Amino acid sequence: MTTQEALFNYTLRLGDTNLILAQRLSEWTGHGPFLEEDLALTNIALDITGAAKSLLEYASTIENKGRSADDLAYFRNDRQFFNAQITEQPNGDYAKTIARQAIMDCFDYYFFTELAKSKDETLAGIAQKSIKEVTYHLRHTSSWLERFGDGTEESHNKTQTAINQLWQYTGELFEMTEVDEILLKEGIAVDLNLVKAKWENHMADLLAKCTLIQPENVFMQTGSRKGIHTEHLAFILAEMQALPRMYPDAKW
Amino acid sequence: MELTQFEDVFEGKLAKNEMVEPKDWMPDNYRKHLIRQISQHAHSEIVGMLPEGNWITRAPSLRAKVVLLAKVQDEGGHGLYLYTAAETLGISRDELLDNLHTGKAKYSSIFNYPTLTWADIGAVGWLVDGAAIMNQVMLQRTSYGPYARAMVRICKEESFHQRQGFEIMTHLSFGTADQKAMAQDALNRWWYPTMMMFGPPDAESPNSENAMKWRIKRETNDQLRQKFVNQTVPQVEYLGLTVPDANLKWNEAKKGYDYSEPNWAEFKQVISGNGPCNKERLAARNKAHDDGAWVREAAQAFAKKRKEVYEAA
Repeated sequence: MTTQEALFNYTLRLGDTNLILAQRLSEWTGHGPFLEEDLALTNIALDITGAAKSLLEYASTIENKGRSADDLAYFRNDRQFFNAQITEQPNGDYAKTIARQAIMDCFDYYFFTELAKSKDETLAGIAQKSIKEVTYHLRHTSSWLERFGDGTEESHNKTQTAINQLWQYTGELFEMTEVDEILLKEGIAVDLNLVKAKWENHMADLLAKCTLIQPENVFMQTGSRKGIHTEHLAFILAEMQALPRMYPDAKW
Repeated sequence: MELTQFEDVFEGKLAKNEMVEPKDWMPDNYRKHLIRQISQHAHSEIVGMLPEGNWITRAPSLRAKVVLLAKVQDEGGHGLYLYTAAETLGISRDELLDNLHTGKAKYSSIFNYPTLTWADIGAVGWLVDGAAIMNQVMLQRTSYGPYARAMVRICKEESFHQRQGFEIMTHLSFGTADQKAMAQDALNRWWYPTMMMFGPPDAESPNSENAMKWRIKRETNDQLRQKFVNQTVPQVEYLGLTVPDANLKWNEAKKGYDYSEPNWAEFKQVISGNGPCNKERLAARNKAHDDGAWVREAAQAFAKKRKEVYEAA
């Protein structure tokens, strides 16, 4: 694998993770638990879609085969997507959406902080912009996690259930493959072991503050680094990609 | 002061084109009219998020997705300013929402029509937001201060939305044959419902007279409808599309187009709850609100606990 191939795959992984997470979040628009929160969650979806767009545009440049960012988003099949499986998990109730988002915001916060130091200037630039946004997202989702954890019995139980369900997908976030190793040597990729340690500390503190229990000895799911997903992704793509695939010659 | 003196002050403000502010005395029916109109407007923004939100997950390009998300978010923001403006008249958000959820309050009937294709997202931005702007531009100078100020910002954003809608229509109309057919189909379905947005003909408009007197409204339904047709027909021609009205014809004498009236019987049916999506829209709003109940309760319980801890310290 060349450095360019590795960089393409790495950037796709980041672009896909953001794209699919934003796709899930945007399902809430117009259906949020109250108006202010509807606006806030849509805002987060908007930031993340923006990051996905920048990343896929960069992936398109790296690949340099005439496939645009839109081609990458709309004309790949599920087996060619590399988003983390946690991002494709259904929204469930608001507790599950917030739990999934808090897990991802915390990951992104430490991940982008490291990526901002990358020798790849484009990735570093995207990361610097994202940190500002993610800092706000993390504050928002953490404050909801706290309200839910220490709110009513119902909100506590819903949130604990969500954390228990989602935890099995967190291991994947830190898996390093040949792609990471190649780019790590070049000073481009992030050392996920470093991010993992920070993420674990942060989550342990956050969950304790929320009176939630961190699941232990969880068997971690895996696959997305190889384009293997849960059953949900193909449905997401069927919906998202329908129109461009129905009219492949059209420009929108 | 005697009641008549209060009335004189109020009438004097209207006569001098001054704003009426929340703490000023105002006649009860003025207050009621405003609550009805502003809340109806707020509900329209919120319900309007549904037909447009319907296409966010299916937007055909990354740029289109970002633009649509931002647009639907703007509509929610408009709802928020307007609910806040209505609250200055002494009604609570809960009460306003309850009126929407029980079907007691109305919202713009246009949102009871479905968005069936991507071209509908273009048509809604271009035609529906275009018509809304015609109604709303004059509201920037309406007599009630908080409403007028909210409308200034709303109008700016709406004209942006209209351009975005027209941009979608342009891509489609100058795109492939399939895309152009999709654009024409959307125009065919949205033309008459959009014309209905200006309300019934002047002769049959029950709320217009007071609204004009109070400067809540400054042009009549028919005047606005005519203005809309005059403005929109050249845009349709630019796109190479056809207005679905065989009677559409330039009338030199009135310097405007003659056009067919929309089907007012259909309008009445849609307003009475029998439009294609009335039940779905209301059910979606109710579901969001009901599903969100535990979220709001948790936030309140948490705030109460924190307050107790703070007060004990």
